[in-house]
Amino acid sequence: MAATDTTPSATLAREATGHQRIAFIVMAAVFALAPLVVYPVFMMKVMCFALFACAFNLLIGYVGLLSFGHAMFFGMASYVAAHASKAWGLTPELAIALGTACSALLGFVAGSLAIRRQGIYFAMITLALAQMVYFFCLQVPFTGGEDGIQAVPRGRLFGLVDLSSVAAMYALVLVIFLGGFALVYRIVHSPFGQILKAIRENESRAISLGYDVDRYKLLAFVLSAALAGLAGATKALVFQLASLTDVHWSMSGEVVLMTLLGGLGTVFGPVVGAAIIISMENYLSQLGAWVTVVQGVIFVICVLAFRRGVIGELGSWLKKPL
Amino acid sequence: MKMKLLSRLVAAGFGLVTAAAAQAQISDGVIKIGILNDQSGLYADIAGPGSTLAAKMAVEDFGAAKKGMKVEVIAGDHQNKPDIGSNIARTWYDVDKVDAIFDVPTSSVALAVSQITREKGKAFLVSGAATSDLTGKACSPNTIHWTYDTWMLANGTGSAIVKTGGDSWFFITADYAFGHALERDTEAVVLKSGGKVLGKVRHPFPGTDFSSFLLQAQASKAKIIGLANAGGDTINSIKQAAEFGIVKGGQNLAGLLVFITDIHGIGLQTAQGLIFTESWYWDLNDASRAFAKRFAAASGGKYPSMVVAGVYSSVLHYLKAVEAAKTDDGTKVIAQMKAMPTDDPLFGKGTIRADGRKIHPAYLVEVKKPSESKGPYDYYKIRATIPAEQAFRPMDQGDCPLVKK
Amino acid sequence: MDIFGIPSQALFGQLLIGLINGSFYALLSLGLAVIFGLLNIINFTHGAQYMMGAFVAYLLLNKLGLGYWPALVVVPLVVGASGVLIERLMLARLYKLDHLYGLLLTFGLALIIQGLFRNEYGSSGLPYNMPEQLRGGQNLGFMFLPNYRVWVIVASVVVCFGTWFIIEKTKLGAYLRAATENPALVQAFGINVPRMITLTYGFGVGLAALAGVMAAPIYQVSPQMGADLIIVVFAVVVIGGMGSILGAILTGFGLGLIEGLTKVFYPEASNTVIFIIMAIVLLIRPAGLFGTQK
Repeated sequence: MAATDTTPSATLAREATGHQRIAFIVMAAVFALAPLVVYPVFMMKVMCFALFACAFNLLIGYVGLLSFGHAMFFGMASYVAAHASKAWGLTPELAIALGTACSALLGFVAGSLAIRRQGIYFAMITLALAQMVYFFCLQVPFTGGEDGIQAVPRGRLFGLVDLSSVAAMYALVLVIFLGGFALVYRIVHSPFGQILKAIRENESRAISLGYDVDRYKLLAFVLSAALAGLAGATKALVFQLASLTDVHWSMSGEVVLMTLLGGLGTVFGPVVGAAIIISMENYLSQLGAWVTVVQGVIFVICVLAFRRGVIGELGSWLKKPL
Repeated sequence: MKMKLLSRLVAAGFGLVTAAAAQAQISDGVIKIGILNDQSGLYADIAGPGSTLAAKMAVEDFGAAKKGMKVEVIAGDHQNKPDIGSNIARTWYDVDKVDAIFDVPTSSVALAVSQITREKGKAFLVSGAATSDLTGKACSPNTIHWTYDTWMLANGTGSAIVKTGGDSWFFITADYAFGHALERDTEAVVLKSGGKVLGKVRHPFPGTDFSSFLLQAQASKAKIIGLANAGGDTINSIKQAAEFGIVKGGQNLAGLLVFITDIHGIGLQTAQGLIFTESWYWDLNDASRAFAKRFAAASGGKYPSMVVAGVYSSVLHYLKAVEAAKTDDGTKVIAQMKAMPTDDPLFGKGTIRADGRKIHPAYLVEVKKPSESKGPYDYYKIRATIPAEQAFRPMDQGDCPLVKK
Repeated sequence: MDIFGIPSQALFGQLLIGLINGSFYALLSLGLAVIFGLLNIINFTHGAQYMMGAFVAYLLLNKLGLGYWPALVVVPLVVGASGVLIERLMLARLYKLDHLYGLLLTFGLALIIQGLFRNEYGSSGLPYNMPEQLRGGQNLGFMFLPNYRVWVIVASVVVCFGTWFIIEKTKLGAYLRAATENPALVQAFGINVPRMITLTYGFGVGLAALAGVMAAPIYQVSPQMGADLIIVVFAVVVIGGMGSILGAILTGFGLGLIEGLTKVFYPEASNTVIFIIMAIVLLIRPAGLFGTQK
């Protein structure tokens, strides 16, 4: 699905990572210093969704599978973390870890069912599974239905650091985001990542070489689900709220949009895409329903004329992969 | 002579200092009011831009300019989602220096905003939301619940209908927390008043086709079919009930949460005979009629719902309290509002209880037949008036931690 | 006689209601199946086009005084024409790419259309009165059946059968099916393949709009009406087999019946049952019940 060049020079260029390290440092600096000028809660939201988009991009950009149900991982972890923190009184790192673990488990179950199919069918199965998770969350008492889980305490990190201070919470979210991002990068640029790319390019060839492609795809799916869960669990603690919006199919659509806009299969694309979409939602929130229209317009323009996305275009202009 | 001049100077100086001190208590010198509701979705007609208009009317009528008080009104759209609502509330309090938030229909959003308001020590005057938990287990020293709540609706509609002969009920309930609460509260009232509940069915929320559930209601032969849902679900249920000849067959529909704007959308032909409870109607008295006329002139012919009237009334009382307490600190103003009895042209005289519940009478209304209506929005006959002391849940039954037992 | 605790008369009434709902599902999934089966495009915009059908009918009535019966013909043509525009200007550019781009494009279009209508008309819904001739109903003993709902079933069956017949049994249908399998060859025979594709898309969209007009008198005419319905219709098409016209029709009616039964025994699940069935079917028969794996 990603638009990639397979000429030798392009392949070599893809391996060059020096400029990517620079870009990473720049990104980390921007996020670390931003709260001095920008409303910190807004930046934390951007980071959570950027991580969500990176997780989604792992699946679509590098494995070539379009999941239309990623909200189920994001939202389920959000609910679990919120419940763990509020009802069981778990410290934040445990609550987030529990949320992530649940998403990984859900990813395993969903992935096992969905991996057997490809392309459109895969997308439809993930959509169906996500709808089932949505209705589950709607009915089950612990999620609070329409109210969601509110007044989630942020707690004390490791029992020591009080997270109700904005600075402490921000630092935690920054660490989680950069860590998650680095993890995605490592996965992609590892032998495992190479095999995934091989599967995407030519699955039958990979099978003939002896790789159990289903296992690799499933593992990638679980990793993607777990990271999406990490983003969701963190978000629940930042906003101290877990609601049905997080598991609704429009959330799945949003993460697709963010990744598409940023650039499918690029390293920094999802982050940029998330930042743009969240900013736009914030800026246009006074106008209510216009946000949907603008999102739709962006979708259409990206698909028709801007398939490489912001970072993809930037990367091809600089002739270096980003 | 000198003494007189001196004393005058001292008095003047004293006055200046006090005035300055009083001004200094109003944060940034501006009283900023935020109207947060659904501007374009399910509840846009019930509240929406109408609430902002009502707030501005209240600021005008209060005479803020003449009193030297600067009041600003801003509006926000929460799209009925608690995450969006709580985001806007947080940003408003942290970044935009809003002092008080008004309206907020949709109970889940109201609960979230109430929580944030309490954390930040601001003020929250709820007009649009229904859940009686806001003055119950979720009560807060920073929140006042103004216009209506689920207990009032259940009690008004339930007991009044049973008293007038509707003693067997069948519930069609929206399958989410609000629908369940409404059904539970109404069922309790019906049983207490000596009625029977013959059956209930829960429909997915939101639903489109109610024919299956209406059929079950018809088969039960209950005299009253209680619609424990709201908005589009209620409208759809009513329209489809008409299609299936429910009312013609002798059963009556009881809407548990209906607004005048819903009736306007359904039309009298289909909605006639519907019975429900509201706490304000534009045709109650001269003052309400005058307000409605003023409102209609400024809103292109739309008439105010009870939610909009509640916003007007709460903004007025809030400003009076700020003036009296000489501060816009949320917790102090709310305490002042509870200490002062309310008096405004729309709801008349009333009080606010310790748990944050505003008390005023409620009205059981029935929708007129098309032949009985003399013009647009002339839709209700008042069937009964429920006195203020009986209209709302007794304070000691609410489990509100603020109330000393 | 009681079946599982429900009197059989009540059960029959519910099944009849289920069949009526099934007609809408069948009509909608028919359009979707036609578009996917013949063009390999997942038309996410289908729900929005259904909604446009209802709105155009409403506007025709209130601005031009055109009633229900003319609307049944005019609306599908108007909305179908908008579909043709979409296909010509946007979809045609994506045929050479991965099919998922088509899905994303139509998803974006659905957002735009729904957002615009929401801005203009709010979410409260607008009234559309039932045509005079179809008011009232028949007392069948076990239930009161509104005439309009009978009309829905009849019209739906006629349209569905008609479409199936055209596609499967006529020469035009044969050309269409051939063009999907091998467009170059069919084009070489002198048949204007791009034009056929465009018109087919327009036809599928027209079917959605027709369903919208028929829904207007009984459901609310609101911008939201297509949004959640589309997901269900996708499930129907996927279960039926994504390329199969017959599959879509039969599954549509079948789903209506199953949903009707669920509403009696376990109403809270009536929204979810379709997805459970879809997941099961996809695991056992990935191409759907009637589909053929491409």
